[in-house]
Amino acid sequence: MAVTRPVDRMRRVTSAIMTTLTGLCTLVAIGILLIILSYIAYRGIGSLSFRFLVDSPRPVGEGGGIGNAILGSVVLLTLSSAFGLPLGIAVGIYLSEIGKGRFADAIRFLVDTLTGIPSIVTGVFVYAILVLPMRHFSAFAGGVSLALIMIPIVARTTEEMLKLVPHSLREGALALGAPQWRVILGVVLPAAASGIATGAMLAIARVSGETAPLLFTAFGSRFFSYYLDRPISSLTVQIYNYAISPYDEWHAQAWAATLVLMTLILGINIMVRFLTRKRF
Amino acid sequence: MLSPTGNTGDAIFRALMFLVGLFVVSVVIAMLIALASDSMLSIREFGFHFLISRQWNPIKGEFGALPFIYGTIVSSLIALLISVPLSLGIAVFLVEQAPHYIARPVGFLVELLAAIPSVVYGLWGIFVLAPFLRSYLEPPLAKAFGRLPLFQGPITGIGLLTGGIILAIMITPIISAVVRDVLAAVPGSQREAALALGATKWEMIRVVLVNGAPGIAGAVILGLGRALGETMAVTMVIGNRPEISASLFEPSYTIASAIANEFTEATQDLYLSALVELGLILFLVTFIVNAIARLLVWNVTRKTGGVGRAA
Repeated sequence: MAVTRPVDRMRRVTSAIMTTLTGLCTLVAIGILLIILSYIAYRGIGSLSFRFLVDSPRPVGEGGGIGNAILGSVVLLTLSSAFGLPLGIAVGIYLSEIGKGRFADAIRFLVDTLTGIPSIVTGVFVYAILVLPMRHFSAFAGGVSLALIMIPIVARTTEEMLKLVPHSLREGALALGAPQWRVILGVVLPAAASGIATGAMLAIARVSGETAPLLFTAFGSRFFSYYLDRPISSLTVQIYNYAISPYDEWHAQAWAATLVLMTLILGINIMVRFLTRKRF
Repeated sequence: MLSPTGNTGDAIFRALMFLVGLFVVSVVIAMLIALASDSMLSIREFGFHFLISRQWNPIKGEFGALPFIYGTIVSSLIALLISVPLSLGIAVFLVEQAPHYIARPVGFLVELLAAIPSVVYGLWGIFVLAPFLRSYLEPPLAKAFGRLPLFQGPITGIGLLTGGIILAIMITPIISAVVRDVLAAVPGSQREAALALGATKWEMIRVVLVNGAPGIAGAVILGLGRALGETMAVTMVIGNRPEISASLFEPSYTIASAIANEFTEATQDLYLSALVELGLILFLVTFIVNAIARLLVWNVTRKTGGVGRAA
């Protein structure tokens, strides 16, 4: 055996310690994830019942449920998808297929930067442009603020998916005499459809957990409502209001509502993971 | 890419898509104009003094943003202090050490931390993290470092420290995902060269980290941007009291949580305007921070063959 100098032994020990530490860091992160998820399941499952899912909120001591919040979230997500998905996909098409040069780079940069703008700021913005002129909170304003959060996310995933479509496909279609718009809409877009769809689902999962931009746009409500020009409830705002309330019963309901929300969000994330073996 | 064809349909389509591109620009500009014009009342009234005044008293009509700026910066710094080493460790483990069949599922689990909504972190923060810190972390800290003003005062579990810790958990998946991409973009030849010169595994990793330094800096700044604007979770655990105190145990307030908490209560015009001005400050700061971060990350991942940008 070769003789090992002490300094080399030190180097090896340092290496072993540091590489173990990196594994520990990963364990800590996964541990926190598992603690949070299992605690939600543990606290949430107790208050969950069919009645809870369909009833509207009641005063403390009388039970009640989150039926109106689920309906509200569905309305808000439908509304935001109706605005956000087509616009986001269109921006993605522009970035991948049409835009060139400095202007396109600038837009790509703005889209990336927009994903980092805090959602509460989006809420204040929508309050200024919609709620103040209309003079009241509305589901419409809530849907718009969620759509604004969706657009940059959808745009970037769409762009990346479109860029994966082979060039030969575009060239082949163009060579057959198709105009560019038909090539993009009829050939390139369908080829990337599954990737764009999963990107859209992830964007929906992301905004379904948003609370801050709804606080003073959709506001919240204790009744069933699907009117776009009135305040509307949502799962997240309901969770927030119950969490900061002083009542144990409402705390329990907040956990149950969280379980419902997390089932939706984790369901989408895991499904997307299984549908696509690629990493976004 | 492909040259324009002189087809009428193409001309319409390209014009439409160009308008969509313009839409993105106009959203950013509209945000700036709307926030600025609605905070004019407050800007005229207080001017620069708004940024340095410690008085936030809606009843007397006095509005100063310093307590919120302080709370935002300190909670974000605590978050970075915890999250940066943790995220670097995770990224190094996933890129340099774990075999493929471990790195993929484990990487997915870490990313799931980013899928948990802010309000859920807040709920968990109120009922699990805050009581835990009150019983097991803050008393020993007070005992060991109680002479420092940082760790004095009543131990409640609600305050700056709890806010910072919850932020750390929330930004860890973001920073580690970007650092992962940055490390993966460092050429393999760098690793081979280090190993060939007799470096240990850790010494090789240090070479890789130095190579990716600008991108890592970008990732950290990206995390900072997220921490500065994070709202619900912080609002629920930081205590929401507009005062500046040296202790990390004391309640504090951030810009975002002030807006979330007080916006619907603001009945006078000046009060509302002051809150919108807080929003304007947050918009400008996060915009600049994100712009810097993007430039740093783009430079690294582009130069070396372009790995997909995460987060």
